[in-house]
Amino acid sequence: MPRPNVPELICPAGSLPALKAAVDHGADAVYLGYRDDTNARNFAGLNFDHKAMVEGLRYARSRRRKVLMAINTFAQPGRVADWRRAVDGAADLGVDAVILADVGLLDYASKRHPELRLHLSVQASATSYEAVNFARREFGIRRAVLPRVLTLAQVETVIRNTPVEIEVFGFGSLCVMNEGRCWLSSYATGESPNTVGACSPARYVQWEKSPGAMSTRLNGILIDRFGDDEAAGYPTLCKGRFEVNGDTYYALEEPTSLNVLEVLPEIAAIGVAAIKVEGRQRSPTYVAQVTRAMRAALDALASDPEHFRVKPAWQAELARVSEGSQVTLGAYNRPWR
Amino acid sequence: MSQRFSIPRFRLPALVASIGTHLPQWPHSLALATALNAAARMGLLPDDSLAQLEGRSFLVEVLDAGGQASFTYRAGRFRPLLKAPETPDLSFSANLSAFLQLLARQEDPDTLFFNRELSIVGDTELGLLIKNMLDAVELPTLPSLPGLTAYRH
Repeated sequence: MPRPNVPELICPAGSLPALKAAVDHGADAVYLGYRDDTNARNFAGLNFDHKAMVEGLRYARSRRRKVLMAINTFAQPGRVADWRRAVDGAADLGVDAVILADVGLLDYASKRHPELRLHLSVQASATSYEAVNFARREFGIRRAVLPRVLTLAQVETVIRNTPVEIEVFGFGSLCVMNEGRCWLSSYATGESPNTVGACSPARYVQWEKSPGAMSTRLNGILIDRFGDDEAAGYPTLCKGRFEVNGDTYYALEEPTSLNVLEVLPEIAAIGVAAIKVEGRQRSPTYVAQVTRAMRAALDALASDPEHFRVKPAWQAELARVSEGSQVTLGAYNRPWR
Repeated sequence: MSQRFSIPRFRLPALVASIGTHLPQWPHSLALATALNAAARMGLLPDDSLAQLEGRSFLVEVLDAGGQASFTYRAGRFRPLLKAPETPDLSFSANLSAFLQLLARQEDPDTLFFNRELSIVGDTELGLLIKNMLDAVELPTLPSLPGLTAYRH
């Protein structure tokens, strides 16, 4: 269903019910991954086996939506064949695109499956048009997902200097946003999204209840302690509270979610091709809630861009599911250059 | 934004919990284990995830109702535990309204967790597995009963 002038809405699917929720509530495309470490949401019980993948594709296709497959971790030594097999599988299934980060895998995919549409994952950490154009020249990528560290002006500069479609994040949990280059999880656990497909893997996480408090430990390291009335966040180092020069606070990043509704007209105006919703680890309920609000906002923008106003109902629905129950425009509106 | 039936956030009076904790707990355990076995038989729970539950013990605690259910998974079946284990491998605790909202897919478990309405203690990876296993269940289409139609959309 063509919707001119507004970016495509790309929604997460960690399970078949989540995929159907995304499609039913107005996603233009869903992204998903296999049940293994070839994708950066390799969590126990999450993601798609072959049977679910086939059914997901059928469901989305019959409603004229696209399916993108994330194979966005880095092939590990001695196991390159596993990642290549994932790319072959995606090509055989006939997904609309694969989302890759590893240059070795991009090279393999572009040579072995020249018809397969390639998207450059956020994990590839391409923040400049030079990096995006390099991936286009070498591997023929058609779209790049930009890391969340860029301001809107910087996103616009990238768009003006590349023919590659640009996708940006529109909603979801924020981390330190140094995607593909972050060492914090590896520092604490020896494992990271790039290597095993999970940040702060669950088996290293302990929630300890004590009277009036809950402590979070990551591989034994105390990273936060919440009072009973305080909101909790994901157990990652970047969202821990640490003592720095005698003060204890969120030294790296507060538990919060990105929400771009306020700048949606600007995002559309500078020519962003697609907006991505984070959260393959979240439930079908979350996917339905976020997709519904984002679709309503994008449709309102498409029908009357001059009078676009963010409706309180959309913000309320998004605020409810946010990590830390607070939202931010992230780097998009920061004054830095 | 939608007209569907909605479970409100509520908390049962403290009196309920004070009575509830004195009632025998095994009927809850039996009911929950029976329901899970029924779901498994219908093929709603994936085999590879079920296999990872072997021998693990679980406790589900409804705080404001004072009710507890504990069960284990052994030799292909969920089995009620007559006595709650002292240190279950995994325990979930929440008020009744949060559990109902979860079951009805009205609230997202991470949202409830962020808001401290759902607590998960024990083996975190096992908790994630259970959460994702339940999220992946394709709920069978309910017969359209009068009064429930507003819920479907």
